[in-house]
Amino acid sequence: MATATQTKSDLSHAPSVITLKGVNKWFGQFHVLSDINLEVKLGEKIVVCGPSGSGKSTLIRCINRLEEHQQGDIVVDGVTLSNDVKNIEAIRREVGMVFQSFNLFPHLTILENLTLAPIWVKKLPKREAEEVAMNLLTRVRIPEQALKYPGQLSGGQQQRVAIARALCMRPKIMLFDEPTSALDPEMVKEVLDVMIELAREGMTMICVTHEMGFARAVADRVIFMDRGEIVEQNEPEEFFAHPKNERTKTFLGQILHH
Amino acid sequence: MTDVLPAGERRQLAPPVDDTGVLGWARRNLFSSWGNGITTVVLIVAIGWLLSGFLKWAVFDAVFSAATGAECRGHGACWALINEKYRYIFMGSFPYEQHWRPLFAIIAMLAMLILSSDRRMWNKRLIAIWGIGSFVTFLLMFGQIHIPLSLILFVALAAGGLGMILRGAIATAGEINGWRALAAIGAVGLILRVVGVLPAWSLAIAPLSYVETGLWGGLPVTMILATYGLLFAFPFGILLALGRRSNLPLIKGLCVGFIELIRGVPLISLLIMASVMLPLFLPSGMSIDKFLRAQVAVILFAGAYIAEIVRGGLQSLPKGQFEAADAMGLNYVQKTTLIILPQALRVVIPPLINTFIGFFKDTSLVLIIGIFDFLNTANQALVDPNWAGFPGEVYLFAAFIYFIFCYSMSRYSKHLEIELNKGTRR
Repeated sequence: MATATQTKSDLSHAPSVITLKGVNKWFGQFHVLSDINLEVKLGEKIVVCGPSGSGKSTLIRCINRLEEHQQGDIVVDGVTLSNDVKNIEAIRREVGMVFQSFNLFPHLTILENLTLAPIWVKKLPKREAEEVAMNLLTRVRIPEQALKYPGQLSGGQQQRVAIARALCMRPKIMLFDEPTSALDPEMVKEVLDVMIELAREGMTMICVTHEMGFARAVADRVIFMDRGEIVEQNEPEEFFAHPKNERTKTFLGQILHH
Repeated sequence: MTDVLPAGERRQLAPPVDDTGVLGWARRNLFSSWGNGITTVVLIVAIGWLLSGFLKWAVFDAVFSAATGAECRGHGACWALINEKYRYIFMGSFPYEQHWRPLFAIIAMLAMLILSSDRRMWNKRLIAIWGIGSFVTFLLMFGQIHIPLSLILFVALAAGGLGMILRGAIATAGEINGWRALAAIGAVGLILRVVGVLPAWSLAIAPLSYVETGLWGGLPVTMILATYGLLFAFPFGILLALGRRSNLPLIKGLCVGFIELIRGVPLISLLIMASVMLPLFLPSGMSIDKFLRAQVAVILFAGAYIAEIVRGGLQSLPKGQFEAADAMGLNYVQKTTLIILPQALRVVIPPLINTFIGFFKDTSLVLIIGIFDFLNTANQALVDPNWAGFPGEVYLFAAFIYFIFCYSMSRYSKHLEIELNKGTRR
């Protein structure tokens, strides 16, 4: 990895942290993921896009076992996902996730939302966990909201809290599942800014998003999925300028020209 | 308002009539139209007539003290009966000169309940309060308590085990070693006791004369059945509800089977089964106290109902809450106790308290197996031939006492709902 401040880094020598080999998944008869092969390097930022129902959310949800895949291997940070609960919990400690609908815990304050996992999962002393939490809230620019409840915050603020909450566990990898899709347009930027900052610090990220500006700014690789397959993947400049597959062209045509 | 308006000009209305103050309120709510006005007048007359009749009977013509029921004849309510029998109604057949014991037991239970209703007490202090309070209550009622060594060892093992599980994630090494030591003492002691190395000793605490449960009666019996019935039924119901949502078919099947079985039979039949049929299955010579059997029946019954209510709360939570907890790496126990239950229980406070109120009253069904709860002692007070013929007074009195308890619970439920939703409301 090159310097941390640089967005696009030289990843040719970086070790891989996520490997998917021949992953298949079905919802009933519906083939959501078909023969997915993917390797993500440490520090790499990947944007996954594609039409709705293409399996992109399912793909990242398989990485932290919110969904179970039926065939193939998923290796995260050297651990192969299996049915072993300890195994799954170990992986989830290393993988932070941000959801489309924030999923903050409404009965806990913002600070409690952030310190819960560090205290209970990482066994951090309460004071230390609160210190880490306040630092992260400052980083996402809402330290003054620490003692409020999620219901009192705007959508954009809630999503920034959700990002801070995931970061509190000091994860190696961050998964973003359409983090800006549920936001009012004027709040999208504040969340993307936080994500761009995070990318510049060298976090390994996989983002399912349709924010192509974000993809251009930070992604090392853009992946286009359709009907459960990875149809095309490339560096963002190449991907947007010269899409090769017909389906990619159609999709980009639909989302880029309005 | 009768002026002829120039064309194109809007008629200006008078400002609204004064609708503040008592008169304004009455005008708006009671006499807003002719129909409403007539209805109001008719209802006021009817209520006044009924109320005056009741007051005449209950207060003005009532007899408050009399030697026998005969002196009440021809007058209004015979409160003299309550005056004469209240000790029996409240305390049942508990030895008369010892009535201070159930009285203080009632006070101890009320104190526990009132202390627990304050949300600031919802921490470790509550366990201490209930431990000490329950001990005092039962010591007063029984007079003597013998704690067998095996029970002490079992409690040590259970407490140590629970401490290791619950505090394992956050405690210091020293504290964990303490819990481990406690559990180890309990386990080793129990094994030695079973093998026969330790004698069948029991700790006797006997400051008062022994009173068996058969003599208990009145309000303490109702309060014990309801309080401890619900105290144990609540966690039991939560476990059943969680079990019903389990992925393990065996656990799920057992919970569903239990809930459906219990819900499918009347409480009376369960009480009779516990009282008549259970002894048939037990080896001869072994008997379980009748009061305890009724208590267990109430716990099982209430547990099944609470389970279904809690399940409703669990189902009302969005899937994202479970996923977010999973994604953070919380294990099942942490996810359930820190994220899921606090939210699920909050949602179901109104139906839960509704069930609690129902069960407080349903404990009166234990009279069917000869336990003298409050309603049953009230009933028995009517049997005295000297005071025959005044059921209305006695039942009205019993109803009044039940109402005080149930209405307090109802108000508390309202208060709790507001309190718990304070921060989470937008």
